Amino acid sequence: MTVIQVVFFLVAAFTTAAAFLVVLAKNIVHCAIALVFTFFGVAALYVLLDAEFLAAVQVLLYVGGITILLLFAIMLTSRISARGVRVMNEQVGMSAVVVFAIFALLAIASLKGFALVGSPPPASYATASLGRLLLTTYVLPFEAVSILLLAAMVGAIILARREREKD
Amino acid sequence: MEKTLERFYAAFAALGIPWIVPQLILMLVVASLVILFISVSVMFMIWWERKISAHIQVRYGPMRVGGWHGWAQSLADGIKLLIKEDVIPAGADKLVFALAPMVVFAAALAAYVIIPFGPNLIVRDLNIGVLFYISISSLTVVGIIMAGWSSNNKYSVLGALRSAAQAVSYEVPLVVSILGVIMTVGSLSMIQIVEAQQRIWFVIPQFAGFLIYLTAALAECNRLPFDIPEAESELVAGFHVEYSGMRFAIFFLAEYANMFTVAAIATTLFLGGWHGPLLPPWLWFLIKTYFIIFVMMWLRWTLARLRVDQLMNLGWKVLLPLAFLNMGITGVVLVLRG
Repeated sequence: MTVIQVVFFLVAAFTTAAAFLVVLAKNIVHCAIALVFTFFGVAALYVLLDAEFLAAVQVLLYVGGITILLLFAIMLTSRISARGVRVMNEQVGMSAVVVFAIFALLAIASLKGFALVGSPPPASYATASLGRLLLTTYVLPFEAVSILLLAAMVGAIILARREREKD
Repeated sequence: MEKTLERFYAAFAALGIPWIVPQLILMLVVASLVILFISVSVMFMIWWERKISAHIQVRYGPMRVGGWHGWAQSLADGIKLLIKEDVIPAGADKLVFALAPMVVFAAALAAYVIIPFGPNLIVRDLNIGVLFYISISSLTVVGIIMAGWSSNNKYSVLGALRSAAQAVSYEVPLVVSILGVIMTVGSLSMIQIVEAQQRIWFVIPQFAGFLIYLTAALAECNRLPFDIPEAESELVAGFHVEYSGMRFAIFFLAEYANMFTVAAIATTLFLGGWHGPLLPPWLWFLIKTYFIIFVMMWLRWTLARLRVDQLMNLGWKVLLPLAFLNMGITGVVLVLRG
């Protein structure tokens, strides 16, 4: 086993353990904090795949943005952090079927798909080539996603405003 | 430098020890050196800040410990904090309470990976350079929220929430303000950014970017005039009210370490990094960095604290549009020049 493989299994175990904690922790703030570590583990996996840019953006957006907003929302919701949340509901059997189906689909997809993946570009140019591709070949989808996000943002602001007027 | 490294690796290879062992040793040595540098530099900065604040207020500041102008004051304070009792409040969430200072310090320490002290004096010249700092610094806020929430204290939760709001709002102008430099250089690597400033420091073509960066950086460090997360007069001390002894010292250490990082990145991006005549490169880098730190301390003891709404207005309605304008003008100039 090479060093990279050892590191991969360590990081993967760490990420999975943190992910389990997200689902199983009784306190919702603990869940959110465990989520930070999960995202961090995923970023470490990206680093192992030479996708440094993706790793940095993963930490910046998911750790720095999304989880902080999540923690914000939890703390501003009255008493949600004091009460323990129920970890399981009544539909355990049904969800187990769905989970195994998704797992099987993902396993097959990644086992079959890896053969079709071409060799990656040299690592040192990954960020530059990503930027170039986004502004040349994929400029249309890129702009479409930007407009979608902008629309979602405007929508969120309008929803928040309307609620305040009602009070 | 590189030859010594090669010889170091060769010595282990000759003994038949796998390549990972010398690398681990090297990593440990470098990490210890960085932690040592942080501790010494932070102790100096705390003493310096006390001296600056004292002289601004026409006082002397610490004068007794160590003889000459109380130079050993920080050392004495550090020892005092080390031997203090470790108090965890009864209502606190013990695990998160203990974890929070570690998260904050880990984020502060990780940022030192990309600081270029000299042509060869950098832990690792990452391709994503500046972006690495921006992303890793967001971890500090997570640590602060963890500290504030786990203390189970109204003031600390309020302080943590303010800090999160402030960091999230000021991160945006901070990132946009450095884009001008990155667009000019065409690289995120710290080494390449410094090398691009051989003829002219970016503070001249990117003066607006420099000012926006400094303002946003002050807010990122939670320093006056942007220190509402800690505002003593209303929140006692903000997120670290319940922390004492060594755990408090780690927060303090991380805060000053972050200040150094922010100043070092300003030096790299805008003040030409290690470039300068006569003196060795690392000395130039430290002089420029400590000069920016001096400006930050000077501002702290001269300006009054902003209100929460003023802070948000400044961030979103003044700094962000200015940063975008700066980015747009830089882009137009770059395109016109070809």
